[in-house]
Amino acid sequence: MNTGRLLFTYTLRLGDDALVLAQRLSEWASRAPEIEEDIALTNIALDLLGQARVLLDYAGKLEGAGRDEDDLAYLRTEQEYLNVHLVEQENGDFAHTIARQLFFSTYQLALYEELITSKDEVLAGVAAKGVKEAAYHRDHAQQWTLRLGDGTAESHRRMQAAVDRLWPFTPELFESDEVTRTLARRGLGVDPATLEPRWQDAVGEVLREATLRKPELVWASHGGRRGVHTECFGYLLAEMQYLHRLHPDASW
Amino acid sequence: MIEQAPQRERRDHDGWPLWEVFIRPRRGLAHVHAGSVHAPDAVMALRNARDVYTRRGEGVSIWVVPSRHIVASSPDEKDPFFDPAADKVYRHPTFYVLPKEVRQM
Repeated sequence: MNTGRLLFTYTLRLGDDALVLAQRLSEWASRAPEIEEDIALTNIALDLLGQARVLLDYAGKLEGAGRDEDDLAYLRTEQEYLNVHLVEQENGDFAHTIARQLFFSTYQLALYEELITSKDEVLAGVAAKGVKEAAYHRDHAQQWTLRLGDGTAESHRRMQAAVDRLWPFTPELFESDEVTRTLARRGLGVDPATLEPRWQDAVGEVLREATLRKPELVWASHGGRRGVHTECFGYLLAEMQYLHRLHPDASW
Repeated sequence: MIEQAPQRERRDHDGWPLWEVFIRPRRGLAHVHAGSVHAPDAVMALRNARDVYTRRGEGVSIWVVPSRHIVASSPDEKDPFFDPAADKVYRHPTFYVLPKEVRQM
């Protein structure tokens, strides 16, 4: 595959991760445990949406078929999205949302720290801006993991349940394939497999400090990078795409 | 099955404690009261203040103080507290001309 085609796939993966997690987090609007937390979660959603817009816009240009960011965000079918399964998982209780955020933001921070040196100017630019955002998202999730894990018996139970349930969705973050390996060799992308040791250390440290058990991996969810998704994803897309499909080109 | 948030009533206590938030907009200026936030502890109060009050680049530094530690003057004492200052014009720096070069005092 030529570099442009590989970059299109790679950029779409990064953009879809950000877009889908932004959509999930925005479901908390008006429903978070406190209004301050409502604002915190939707702030994170807005950061991710900003990243997604730049990435999808760039993906559209790389593809060269005339699709813009809205076409890519709203008019693809389920099998055309390339995000990992972790980001599409339901919000669940607050502990599930926090565990998902801790896992993803720790990964995204490590990824952006490497992607800053990409020879691709757009990706390097997204990474340079995103690294500060991801650091804050990670901190937010870490603070809550510590408080819930090392809080009451009930908060500990819920936090551990969330970590256990979402753990099988973490190996997919570090999957390599021809796309990532080739782009890494050419100095354009990051091979996610190289990020895993750092991620394991960082997450393990937070779990330990939060008095939580690091789960054993008994199975792992795969397929998002190839367009195969979990059941809950179709419902997310239906809600996300509804307005745009009903009123094409609607604007504020 | 994924666990959902409990559907019961909001809460039977008063929620998180209140914190007063002070923001310094630029280096060299003083921290100014911006408002208040709820937070379970000081570390989270700083973060909530960041999210609520510095979304549009308002600050370079934040202070948070538990609201219960703020001691306020009483409205009943307003007259003895503040009225005596009203007729002391000589306390205002209005009796000399400010050089044009000094734009802000």
